[in-house]
Amino acid sequence: MSTPFYVSPQQAMADRAEYARKGIARGRSLVVLQFADGIVFVGENPSRALHKFSEIYDRIGFAAAGKYNEYENLRIGGVRYADLRGYTYDRDDVTARGLANVYAQTLGTIFSSAAEKPYEVELVVAEVGETPEGDQIYRLPHDGSIVDEHGSVAVGGNAEQISTYLDQQHQEGMSLAEALKLAVQALSRDTNGTEREIPAERLEVAVLDRTRPQQRKFKRITGRQLGRLLEDGGASTAAEAEDPEDEE
Amino acid sequence: MEANPRSTGRLPAAFLTPGSSSFMDFLSEHQPAILPGNRQLPPMKGVIEAPHGTTIVAATFPGGVVLAGDRRATMGNMIAQRDIEKVFPADEYSAVGIAGTAGLAVEMVKLFQLELEHFEKVEGATLSLEGKANRLSTMIRSNLGMAMQGLAVVPLFAGYDVDREKGRIFSYDVTGGRSEEHGFAATGSGSIFARGAMKKLYSKDLTEDQATTLVVQALYDAADDDSATGGPDVARRIYPIVTVITADGFRRLTDDESSEIARSILERRLEQPDGPRAALL
Repeated sequence: MSTPFYVSPQQAMADRAEYARKGIARGRSLVVLQFADGIVFVGENPSRALHKFSEIYDRIGFAAAGKYNEYENLRIGGVRYADLRGYTYDRDDVTARGLANVYAQTLGTIFSSAAEKPYEVELVVAEVGETPEGDQIYRLPHDGSIVDEHGSVAVGGNAEQISTYLDQQHQEGMSLAEALKLAVQALSRDTNGTEREIPAERLEVAVLDRTRPQQRKFKRITGRQLGRLLEDGGASTAAEAEDPEDEE
Repeated sequence: MEANPRSTGRLPAAFLTPGSSSFMDFLSEHQPAILPGNRQLPPMKGVIEAPHGTTIVAATFPGGVVLAGDRRATMGNMIAQRDIEKVFPADEYSAVGIAGTAGLAVEMVKLFQLELEHFEKVEGATLSLEGKANRLSTMIRSNLGMAMQGLAVVPLFAGYDVDREKGRIFSYDVTGGRSEEHGFAATGSGSIFARGAMKKLYSKDLTEDQATTLVVQALYDAADDDSATGGPDVARRIYPIVTVITADGFRRLTDDESSEIARSILERRLEQPDGPRAALL
């Protein structure tokens, strides 16, 4: 049987979307949650060198699931965009919304163009505000759309299941330890409903903490600080859980 | 066929090219016109009247380094600004003080801070102290064209080296040539007088408090002999900017702390205007 010469655009797009979704589902999940002092990113990541979460600018963080080299490229592009904007105008003029728009345009163009393979990535861009009402979380799927999220979001792996669980359990004004516990619980649930233990060494955790005195609000949480927060009855703020020797 | 990348609002290719973690290199690919060193100046007769900045001093002590600068900017024989800031944190463990054309210097510091921050964000690791000193060298070198037309910028770079666990000082000439200074250093129009004072007062085992007093003494002596350097202005409460960099990071002394040092120096100068006396032998 000979291959058909004509493929309907609908079919072609559906194929591309399927391809990208499969690629993203193959990666590990990550979770982005709002808590009292800001926004926390939690994901299972056994690697110490390759990060799923990164700082883009003073109040803006980046998280991605899917193919590493593709989202790493987008991450660097985002840092360049933010630094250039801040340099040309002012640091206050760099917003997550502007960045999310640029990412959406980039992903959308790649997805629509028949010549390029669609990026198998799903991004989350988050900005911490002065108050919880000012926090913003944007989810960018592979096809260039933007979804404005509130409270909690999960991407990659079995994201739908984790999202449903989070929607039921998430509350406003949780402490960092509570949010972290919820995130780890959500990530531990496997596709067939069983739970497994994710040890602290396999977790990558970062926060955008509005109470930080420094201008740059992004901070990774590792080592002893992470261990202390994960224990029951851990400190309620990132600052309390810090050990002076731990400070990076 | 692909749509023109520029017109669709997507990130242009220059943004997504891997390889360089330098913001300046990225700018020279994407928008070279906004790099300070790339400006073409028309040939001109005479000197541009632009505010000049003046004495920066630095001194190492066990555990860190102190970097301080005066507050005066002059334009010819006029004082253009009484409270200009010439010492800036470059990042958590380093600082840069600038002498020369004030406007250009401030812009260069802004770009330098961004260069270091950008590298850290892209790479996920901070530059070594030598690496930072090197990048500053490149920036000064790219300003050579304007320096030759009278708009020079000359910095003094100080930082805490976390690997070697000590403070280090780097001085530059107008071509960007860099040399490491041991003990103490000064730059700017009053640097000769400041260096003379520090030569007699410095020792290798000063405490942090002694080191901060030393640099303010040196700035006082520079202001005493150089009209382009400003001394402490007690009436307006404008004091030299004194910064300390140790294993705990960069710290700028508060106005209260600097005024404390300035006042105790001034009290003694009322008795001995030329400052503390050294033994002859």
